Amino acid sequence: MTTDADRATAEAITSVVAAERTRMIAGLIRLTGDWDLAEDCVQDAIERALVHWPQEGMPRSPAAWLTTAGRNRALDVLRRRETERAKLQKRAIMDEMGRDSTGQAEPESDDRLRLIFTCCHPALPLDGQVALTLKTVAGLSTAEIARAFLVSEPTMSQRLLRTKRKISNAGIPYRVPPDELLAERTAGVLAVVYLIFNEGYGQQEDYLAAEALRLARLLVDLIPGEDEARGLLALVAFQMSRRSTRFNARGDLVPMEEQDRSRWDAVLIEEGNWHLRRAASSGRSPGPNRLQAHIAACHSTAAAAEATAWGTIVTLYDALLAAQPSPVIALNRAIAIGFRDGYEAGLAALDALDAKALTGYYLLPAARADFLRRLGRAKEARGAYQTALELAPAGQPEQRLLQRRITEL
Amino acid sequence: MKYMMFVVADPDAAAEAEPSEDDLTIEEWLADVESRGKRITGDALRPVSDATTVRVSHGQVLVTDGPFTESKEWIAGFDILECDNLDEAIAIAARHPQANGGKLELRPFWTDED
Repeated sequence: MTTDADRATAEAITSVVAAERTRMIAGLIRLTGDWDLAEDCVQDAIERALVHWPQEGMPRSPAAWLTTAGRNRALDVLRRRETERAKLQKRAIMDEMGRDSTGQAEPESDDRLRLIFTCCHPALPLDGQVALTLKTVAGLSTAEIARAFLVSEPTMSQRLLRTKRKISNAGIPYRVPPDELLAERTAGVLAVVYLIFNEGYGQQEDYLAAEALRLARLLVDLIPGEDEARGLLALVAFQMSRRSTRFNARGDLVPMEEQDRSRWDAVLIEEGNWHLRRAASSGRSPGPNRLQAHIAACHSTAAAAEATAWGTIVTLYDALLAAQPSPVIALNRAIAIGFRDGYEAGLAALDALDAKALTGYYLLPAARADFLRRLGRAKEARGAYQTALELAPAGQPEQRLLQRRITEL
Repeated sequence: MKYMMFVVADPDAAAEAEPSEDDLTIEEWLADVESRGKRITGDALRPVSDATTVRVSHGQVLVTDGPFTESKEWIAGFDILECDNLDEAIAIAARHPQANGGKLELRPFWTDED
């Protein structure tokens, strides 16, 4: 029988584990350089806690208990290996345990930051950076990552293994990059988190996007002076604030203007606003993440769809296009022009785009169809929706929305 | 960590290269890495028109003219570097004159631990 006390203990364990897992893994990797050993030992320590704590009660310092259990496990494993390398690894762990017990200084930077920068090293393949970040920093299981990227578990397992091997074989250092590399490497880390968010946000089951939110918060905690990290966090928070209204009960996409704005998550919107203000206080001109977050803020803070500040959004897209030229950003800018200057102007802006760069991208004909529909040009709209339907990802909610538009014409 | 650095000539990259004030000459690059004890050895290689490829099939030695790859890129030289880690090797490669107008490939050596 489960009692309230058991439930309370279970919840306490879950929250301690969530808070300490990354730090424990990151610390053990620093001491041993062995990623698999670190993962296994942390997992083992967590399992022990799940057995011991409900019986014996929570230890006075659960974090210290877990860290010690993980290190002891690592010492046990290394003792059996009897290699020179294992001796050095054991020594490193015991030295650290000695330092901890005498309360000597912690290493100068957070182990979790070392872990993140190493997972996102540019010499690693991008899909490996993403997978390893989700595995070690976010703590997802290999099965969960495989499911999110639509590959089999053995395939994902191989990808993780190859990525970890390259770290040790190629001599990728386990560290926070020195000052002269920090800006470019930080941009790489932010790009990985953005990619995780983007991958997750399109899906109705958005645990990946939720992980991106957690990762962005962790980055802001660890590098509070980095305004683009705050920009990314704000962007993800604004987008996630709409998570409960983006799909209806049948799993169909609900366009933003039809969403019930009273159900948007006001706490997340406030979190986004707060970080945008903090980022602005850096005095640096906004980079791509901050600009995108400002665009998202225009939507999130509009009282109604008609009250959206399209003029500001166009200006922000101009700046974004200058900072990061991309055909998709140009398309979004053209759409914003249609809402600022009228649908005819929107169609003209779409015509002015580099159509070749957007070949096969369903959102171009979908945007054209949308303006035509609003102008009451039903016949042309139908043709454009049909083109969009053929290009949209098959069987996905995007296709069902286009189908609905055609039916409604 | 010991790295083989292949110095790769790439006609496409050479065509697009824009010389910069920061570019080192090969002499300046060599003086820098040697003074820091980062270069074990290295040399330049004659072009692929002077290359010979050798393989053995069914006991027969097959000798062909030219390099083993059909790529437009070719290995123009090599350096063996001794670096603390990959980031240091990347920094050294990035300062090599051939980085702007060609490319460098860094390959770690097998070690006894492998």
